[in-house]
Amino acid sequence: MGFNRRAFIKSAAATSAMASAASLFPGVSFAGWKKLEGATGMISWQKAPCRFCGTGCGVLVGVSGDRAVAVKGDPNCSVNKGLCCVKGYHSVQALYGRDRITKAKVRKKGKMVEVPISEALDLVAAKIKETVARHGKDSVAMYGSGQWTIPDGYVASKLFKGCLGTNNLEANARLCMASAVTGFMTTFGIDEPMGCYEDIEHADVFVTWGNNMAEMHPVLFSRMLAARKRKKDVVIIDFATRSTRSSQAADKSILFKPSTDLAVANAICYEIIRNGWVNESFVKKHTTFHKGKTDIGYGTEDHFAFKDKAEDMSFAEYKKFLGDYTPEKVEKISGVSARDIRYLASLYGDPTKKVTSFWCMGMNQHVRGTWINNLVYNIHLLTGKISTPGNSPFSLTGQPSACGTVREVGTLTHKLPHGVVMNEKDRQMAAKIWEVPLANIDPKPTYHTVEMFRALDRGDIRFMWIQVTNPMVTIPNLNRYRDGALKDDRFIVVSDVYPTPTTDVADVILPAALWIEQEGLFGNSERRTQHFDQIVPPPGEAMSDTWQIIEVARRLGFKKQFPWSEEEYIGKIWAEYRRFHDNPKHNMAPYKVLKERAGVQWPFVDGRETRWRFNPKYDPACKPGTGFDFYGKKDGKAWIWARPYEPAAESPDAEYNFWLNTGRVIEHWHTGSMTRRVPVLHQAMPESYVEINPEDAVDLGVVNGEKVKIISRRGAVTMKASINGRGVPPRGMVFVPFFDEAYLINEVTLDAFCPISKQPDYKKCAVRLEKA
Amino acid sequence: MPVLSYIAIPKTGAKEELLKLFNSMQFCEAFPADNEDILILVTDTPDSEREDELQAGLKYLPGLDSLSLAFGCDDEQLQAEGDDYGVQ
Repeated sequence: MGFNRRAFIKSAAATSAMASAASLFPGVSFAGWKKLEGATGMISWQKAPCRFCGTGCGVLVGVSGDRAVAVKGDPNCSVNKGLCCVKGYHSVQALYGRDRITKAKVRKKGKMVEVPISEALDLVAAKIKETVARHGKDSVAMYGSGQWTIPDGYVASKLFKGCLGTNNLEANARLCMASAVTGFMTTFGIDEPMGCYEDIEHADVFVTWGNNMAEMHPVLFSRMLAARKRKKDVVIIDFATRSTRSSQAADKSILFKPSTDLAVANAICYEIIRNGWVNESFVKKHTTFHKGKTDIGYGTEDHFAFKDKAEDMSFAEYKKFLGDYTPEKVEKISGVSARDIRYLASLYGDPTKKVTSFWCMGMNQHVRGTWINNLVYNIHLLTGKISTPGNSPFSLTGQPSACGTVREVGTLTHKLPHGVVMNEKDRQMAAKIWEVPLANIDPKPTYHTVEMFRALDRGDIRFMWIQVTNPMVTIPNLNRYRDGALKDDRFIVVSDVYPTPTTDVADVILPAALWIEQEGLFGNSERRTQHFDQIVPPPGEAMSDTWQIIEVARRLGFKKQFPWSEEEYIGKIWAEYRRFHDNPKHNMAPYKVLKERAGVQWPFVDGRETRWRFNPKYDPACKPGTGFDFYGKKDGKAWIWARPYEPAAESPDAEYNFWLNTGRVIEHWHTGSMTRRVPVLHQAMPESYVEINPEDAVDLGVVNGEKVKIISRRGAVTMKASINGRGVPPRGMVFVPFFDEAYLINEVTLDAFCPISKQPDYKKCAVRLEKA
Repeated sequence: MPVLSYIAIPKTGAKEELLKLFNSMQFCEAFPADNEDILILVTDTPDSEREDELQAGLKYLPGLDSLSLAFGCDDEQLQAEGDDYGVQ
């Protein structure tokens, strides 16, 4: 029986009601929903991970004929246990927008003209060859995504690093997760969280650090609220720079001035030591103390370079360093009362309480992003509250495969699927598995994301292939980089599913398969690899991003490295990729196991998943009898870092007197290119806005809905004011969601970044406001 | 005519009974939450007269504590405006 229009609307009505119910009843599940009797005809249900954030919710996609028609939470997936958020429930509608790109287009005499996809792929390969011949191997680049599937990223790395011999490979996860990675690497010597979402059911205290989980990770937030409802004495603290829906649901909201989370984290450690709350046996056995360079810059100039240098220090020296961070001193810097700082310290310091800290973009999109990651780990290490159920410093990811594809496959300029290009052994392993000469893999990293777009502007890069991301909305200081992409002798290829400001600058547009229109794998925030089958066919000539890269690689003469058939390429790629992680610290589950389950956590050893790393009770990679084994570092110890407070790259002054903070809303995924084509989501949040503090609005003479011009040293945007809306910034700050391409707020933001992670800071720059 | 969906809260202990009642009513389809005492009701009526009758009837159901509208779509109006929801 076919699926008709009426049945589709009824299905949408049901999913909307479920989504509304989820906001009213945290933790509510409709996993038993099979079909609306008599309305939908025969629906079959198939598993997939949701693609609209990094949580990795398991969903069951209802299919009628060759069309995906409904979604429900997968009760067999431990991530969400049958729950879904509003984006998840409506996710399949993103497949069916009316302006879906179904055919390839090529710019001819200034106009985009439809061509067969084979012709477009021929042109892409020819342009790569021509550009390398004329300008060298480092003049071609690829820019991918944390929404890339694992096979997408793997073949991109193999083609660019192994075959073409350039490290010009980056992904948009540089914009969201790089500081988390460098935080893990500097503290633990190995990437990705030690805990898992099950920590939520064990913790007594949750502290969210600059993290509006109610909107950004709503299913995990629901689990947190459900845990509080179920258990007595669970406390949720929202520690942030503006009031949000998370603040409203928390037991306590504490606001701090931008960038001063560094000072507050140090003050918490000061108090923990002063009160004798240090877990001395843990600290003595499992940690060492270190300091790095200070006054490290902001990366706003081209060719900026920085290398940190670690020095050992003693506990006594560390304690002396913290002397600058008494609660009273930090109150003056941060605006957080000394009493609240002591309260936070008491929660972390209480030996009877299990504490989980959550963070995401607030700590990562930070010019001292690596440092603030280090400092929150310090709190957990000093108290020994780590790697046990409920005691978890937990860095959440924003994208469905920022971990799986970008961090694990290593689609960043310095990375390989195992290790880094600078390490000869890692290059040898890659050359062997990829069957390429060792000399092909360049030992020197080239450009991180911001510098890559600077290189495109300068002309050091002439060809760029962009997949599954929309940088002409998301790159900070956007005017410069859009102008760079539009220069005459640049050639831009964009693989995407809908027209965007990025396809506007393209010379070739390749129609891409979206989500369940292809087989693939994602890796979520808690080290969980999630496989999904192709569930529905892609429209027109749309093709998976993986297969597009394979087609181009073969045209470039790399048939030996890309030998797979279209019927079995995902399984074959997975088998090859697994060889990079064939060790107890990172072993990945076999393809067959992944196909059967709603995700498997690595390290996967002897048929068992690892829920808590570095703890021998749970982690087979630990040395037995060690208590804890932080095996990422050679001596098995985690590093506690002395990192000072330093201000943002650009702070408000007499001329530009407001902070600008940017972010997302629950209804829309990133730049809105998919979710704005879902009618229910678009109607719920049709356009972006600027949140203004009510008192600032009075000063400006602006009422709700009136237009305000936001002006920085780089650009200006005019948009409607939101006063006392779902978010309320403190005086002197405005907040703008970036999902709406009609209001390109990144023309206003600053391209400063953390010198260690190279991740830009989208949360802090200076603007002034005018009533428009 | 409109397709509407509601969140229905049953009176204590009346969830199963209300679910059966909804599913026995013309133009109504309902399903329960697994872990909360709530139901989702979807209605699909052919004309305004029967929509009015249904809405009047829904007000007085035994076992129903409250009914909150979550979604409404007037399909005829949408088609007149050319919105096909991507479904041909």
